Parts: sequence; C-alpha cells; structure tokens
Amino acid sequence: MAPVSASAFEYAPAPESRSVVDIASSYGLFIDGEFTDATGGKVFKTVSPSTEEVLSEVAEASEEDVDRAVKAARKAFEKWSALPGAERAKYLFRIARIIQERSRELAVLETLDNGKPIKETRDADLPLVAAHFFYYAGWADKLDHAGFGADPRPLGVAGQVIPWNFPLLMLAWKIAPALATGNTVVLKPAETTPLSALFFADICRQAGLPKGVVNIVTGDGRTGAALVAHPDVNKVAFTGSTAVGKAIARTVAGTRKKLTLELGGKGANIVFDDAPIDQAVEGIVNGIFFNQGQVCCAGSRLIVQESIQDELLDALKRRLSTLRLGDPLDKNTDIGAINSAEQLARITALADAGEAEGAERWSPACELPDTGYWFAPTLFTNVTQAHTIAREEIFGPVLSVLSFRTPDEAVAKANNTQYGLSAGIWSEKGSRILAVASKLRAGVVWSNTFNKFDPTSPFGGYKESGFGREGGRHGLEAYLDV
Amino acid sequence: MSDARLSVFKTYKLYVGGKFPRSESGRVYEVTDPKNNWLANAPLSSRKDARDAVVAARKAFGGWSGATAYNRGQVLYRVAEMLEGRREQFVREVAEAEGLSKSKAAAVVDAAIDRWVWYAGWTDKIAQVVGGANPVAGPFFNLSSPEPTGVVAVLAPQDSSFLGLVSVLAPVIATGNTAVVIASEKAPLPALSLAEVLATSDVPGGVVNILSGRPSEIAPSLAAHQDVNAIDLAGADEELAKELEIAAADNLKRVLRPQTVDFTQTPGIERLTAFLETKTVWHTTGALGASGSSY
Repeated sequence: MAPVSASAFEYAPAPESRSVVDIASSYGLFIDGEFTDATGGKVFKTVSPSTEEVLSEVAEASEEDVDRAVKAARKAFEKWSALPGAERAKYLFRIARIIQERSRELAVLETLDNGKPIKETRDADLPLVAAHFFYYAGWADKLDHAGFGADPRPLGVAGQVIPWNFPLLMLAWKIAPALATGNTVVLKPAETTPLSALFFADICRQAGLPKGVVNIVTGDGRTGAALVAHPDVNKVAFTGSTAVGKAIARTVAGTRKKLTLELGGKGANIVFDDAPIDQAVEGIVNGIFFNQGQVCCAGSRLIVQESIQDELLDALKRRLSTLRLGDPLDKNTDIGAINSAEQLARITALADAGEAEGAERWSPACELPDTGYWFAPTLFTNVTQAHTIAREEIFGPVLSVLSFRTPDEAVAKANNTQYGLSAGIWSEKGSRILAVASKLRAGVVWSNTFNKFDPTSPFGGYKESGFGREGGRHGLEAYLDV
Repeated sequence: MSDARLSVFKTYKLYVGGKFPRSESGRVYEVTDPKNNWLANAPLSSRKDARDAVVAARKAFGGWSGATAYNRGQVLYRVAEMLEGRREQFVREVAEAEGLSKSKAAAVVDAAIDRWVWYAGWTDKIAQVVGGANPVAGPFFNLSSPEPTGVVAVLAPQDSSFLGLVSVLAPVIATGNTAVVIASEKAPLPALSLAEVLATSDVPGGVVNILSGRPSEIAPSLAAHQDVNAIDLAGADEELAKELEIAAADNLKRVLRPQTVDFTQTPGIERLTAFLETKTVWHTTGALGASGSSY
C-alpha cells in the first residue's frame, strides 16, 4: 500500500489565540518575593523555537545572586518549616487552583517558549502540573503517616535545576513535594525556557505564599552550578542530562547534601507478535514523537518480534505519514518545533551518524517551516546494538528499530544500555507481560501503553538514569531527613 | 598432655565466588590484637582480587535476586543457625580482634546473631512496606515494587569488626543484592571466619565476597568499577569517603555515606532501602464495553 501523503487532506489553520498571555519585555530574578535585576545587570534573550521571535529578556543570575536567593530561602525556612502542615497544605491547594484557573494562559506561554504543540501543553502538561500540586498539598499534614517515622523533618533549602522539555511540569515535580515537606526552594529553570517559572512566581504572589519560600533564579549552566555548589544548600534535585548529573554528583561528594537525579534514557519499546498492532503503533508514536521525542523516558528503541516486523513497520510508516508538523499553537499540530538550535544540531548530528554507520533512514514526506528549529519524524531500520543511534540518547523524534526472536533476546536487548528509565511491552498475554516486566531493569514500565504520568506514580531510573523517585509517597523521601 | 599439644593455626583466606582463594598477589599482612600480639596473617587483597570479586558477585546476582523472598529469608536464617553453632569461636575472635572481655564479646556476637534473624525476617516484608498500588487517574493498574540495585561494594566498619559488619552486610543481601565486602583493615579475622559460615549456610557462592586488606588500596577500584551499582562507605574515613564518592559518580552508583551508628541498637529500614530501586509498572485495565474488552 502506498503511504498516504501528508497533503492528502488539508486542514484550515486553527491557531490558539496568543492574546490570553501577556509576556513582559523583560523579567528579573524572583528573590525573597520580589523581582530584582541581576547584579551586574546581565540579561539573555528567550526565543520562540518555532519562529525564532524574541519573547523576552531575562536576567542572568550571577553567583552573588544565587547567594542572595539561598539566603532568602534560608531565612524563610524557619517559619515555613514550623507552620502546621495543614497551613502549608492550604497554600499548595491555592497554587493548584490558581494553576487550573490560569491553565490556558500557561499552556499558550509554554508552547511559545518551548515549541511543543498546544494540544500537549493544554491536555498533558498543565493538567499534570495542577494535579501534582493538588496531590502533594494533601501530603503536607499527613507526613506522620508516610512511612518515614513519626515526625519526619524537612532538609532545609533545596536547590533545584530543571530542564527545558517540560518546563512547568518539572517545576511542579520539584517544588510541590519540597514545599509540602516544609523545605524552601531556589529553582533554576532551563536557559531556553525560563518564562513559565517566572509566571509561577506570580502565582506564588497571588497565593500569598510567604516571601522567600520560592525563589527563581534564571541563567545558564553556570547559574545552576553555583546553586548546586552553594554551601548552604541542603538538598540538590536535578533533572537533565546524564553528563551534567555526574558532574553534580561529583560536586556534592563529601558534603551532607542529599541528592536526587533524574537523567537520560534509551527506553525500549518491545512489541511481541501477539500485540494488537494498531494500538502498538499508537503507543510507538506516542513513545517517541510525543514532545518531539524530547522526553527522558522516550521509547527511542523499538524492539519488535521478527515475525511481525514488516507488518508493524508498514503500519507505523502509514501512521507517521499522517502526523502534522508545524505551528505549535495550531490545535491540529502533532509535531512542534525542536526546543533550540543547539538541540537541533545534536539531533541532526546523531541522525547523520546513524546513516554513516549503515542504518537505513526513513521519514514521511514532510515540509519543514522556513524559520525556527524543525526535525522531521525519523525512523531507522537495519540498526544493530552497536550503532550510536541504538546507544546514545538522541532526545529528538528519531526511532531506532531492532528486532528479536525470543523473549529472552528481547529482554537482553532492552537491558543492554547504560540507562534504565523506561520500557514498554506490547502483548495480549498477561503472564508474558508480567514475566518480561519483572526482568526489565527500568524504573517505569508501561504495558500496552506508553508515556503515561500521574502524580501518585513514582518516576525515576535505574543505573545511569539517576536515583531517587519523583511522584507518589516515594517522592516525599527526597525532601525529608530520613 | 593437652597442655603440651601444639594448636593448629588457621590460614585465613579470602572468600570469592564461594571459594577460599589466597590473594592473587601472594601478599599477606600481619593482624594483631589491640595490644600488638600477633593473631594471624591475613591476605592483603589487590585490585585484581577486587575485580574478581565483582565478577563473582555479578554472576550470582541473577540467581539471588530471582530467588523468592521466602527462600532468601530461609537462607539468612540458616546463617544465624550456623553462627549460633560457632558462637564460642566468634566470641574468642571478636574478643581478640577488638580487645573486649569475654562477656562483652559474647554480647556482641549474640547481638550479631540476632541481627541476622532480624534481617532474615525482613526479606518477604520489605516489598509490602515500601511498595504498593498507586491510584492513578486513569484505566490502569499501577504497581510500585522494590527491586535490588545489583552489585554493592561494602566498606565494613573499621571498629565494630563483627556486629558492625553483619549490620551492614545483612540488609544488602536480604533484599537480593550481591556484595563485595572489604573487611575492617585492622580486625579482618571475624569477617574472614564469617565467610566459612556463609559457605556452609546455603548462601550461593558469589552472593557475598569478602576481601581483607587496605581499603585505601582496593576501595577506589570498586568505587570506579563500571559493573558495581552501589557502595556503602560505612568503613571509610572522611577523606577516603569523599574520594570514593567522586569516583562512584562515573556510573552513578548509589552511595551510602558514612554515618555515626550505634550498632547495638535495633536498626531502622534505611540500610534495606538504600540499595533498592523502585520499579513502577503500568498495566492497562481497559473497560468492558458492550462488545467485550475495549482495550
């Protein structure tokens, strides 16, 4: 069957309105409840990845600014940690509700600053952000029952560094459990996506959160390094690349800082011959093309049983030919922009390496916009385990296809990685799902689904995907002195 | 007559992969009691011995982590039974090693035996205490379960050569990890004798591997080893601990930093959970519609 070309059916543009969000021309650092300029007055620009339009100018925090923020958090810690849990809970409930009220505004903002489709920010990011605050709000006055002893104590000041792929969701994963347990925070959003964290500062103001409990310092890796190395930080939480995670682990070595890391992945999506093919195809697409594949738990390796490989790949290619790439604000867009020129260059280099090493490259007919950062959905066949594209995290819309004959081979291939964050299993046979799931060395396993998230469900990796869990009761431990 | 009988000394050896090799380096060092009386020559392990021990521990991991929790509990309880039978030997060795009176050494050994029993009982309970179902908002059955981290390097406490050792080792293997232990440098003999107990207690070879020697020499290669998943720094001083934690970052080992512990007290579950991963599995439940399963 010939693949359906992308132009076989046309949609009228259906852009979400930008008028719901008002982005200021510049933003300062949010320290001790106030927006302030960076000492030295350094700023950097944040752009919309789909158009390269400058959205705003943001202050670049120096070491001195980080120190001010940590001092503010330290000062606020005494009162915040002494508040009855029920009072902390109510602040977090307020925040959750305000996020729900402002969710359309925040979704549009996130789509502008990140480049991801509005249907994802609207239907995935924002609902999960609000749910995360709502979930941890309820824990604040129930910590005695969480299994960490009678009166578990907070750690103090948490230094948190988050990535650009889910800017506001990663903020929620960091700030909600930290505040619920009585810590105060200094958070550094990613250099390319600082805006939603700065809007969150305004939500803290609306919620009446005491000054200094949440501080936001924007900047690049140097700002993050200063925060992580600050001697008065008691807890470091980082989500990002494995290389930076290792550097942070070295920085905190020999200190008493508690550390949790949520790092890279090379998730295996295993499809058995009895899998429901159409559902599996949807799961594979969701696994690697959700958020342009810029997901640490992406199912970037498709491991398919040999007997159904051709049938599955035909169906997958047909499906990829119907994906719509373009304006992230358009409600019909499936694939948005890559977050930055730097990330696009990395994806391009790795995909080129795949070709150079002999794998076979395929993309659907797909017109890329002239401005902005774009990469067509791509899949590679004839991939071996030794190929760079089967080993390294690409963090883009690139799927490597490998095959297997026996379940043991599938498990061995799935586990043949330095990472251990996620995996998927597609099969109709319950006992096979359970047996394979138990053998996979990964922190999250999805059977007959992929990329599902929930605030009650612990998330985090094995091996070099990091340590510690975010979400659920487990997520409290990272912020308690236990 | 018996007074005139010359006793038979024991040759203390390493314990690797269920066997009792000498150090491949051929080296030994002199072990004395706190008053400097010679007790024995202990193997002075090399970095190669450490690597061999990691190979043995990795080989044993699949079987041990795949054993039922009930089975691991039975095996650990068996260790306590064997220890009880050798109680007098350990009382003598601990008394000599730590310079304790006979009665104090007896209290230490009794506490160590009781600690094995305590941890033996944990094997089939920890998953219920730290795991469970998560009420996700959707048609999924979502279950979090603890799984062992893998191969754990353990720097046993320097001062508490036996009770301290048992207190750090038992939790590591109770949950299904395998261990490479560096015994107390100055008092390694109780640890090397424990190996004889483990070898006769149904603990599969390679689950516990015990090295004697200088932590400063062999621990760095364990901390940097790419096939070691975690490290317990209980027996490291501040300077060594920092060096090892930095080396451990290379493959993001789970690191348990040194802390002040009173080993005579009943422990919490921190040492059990320090070397556990949480795996969360989402199962689609679907919904039963008019035509049957809609999944």
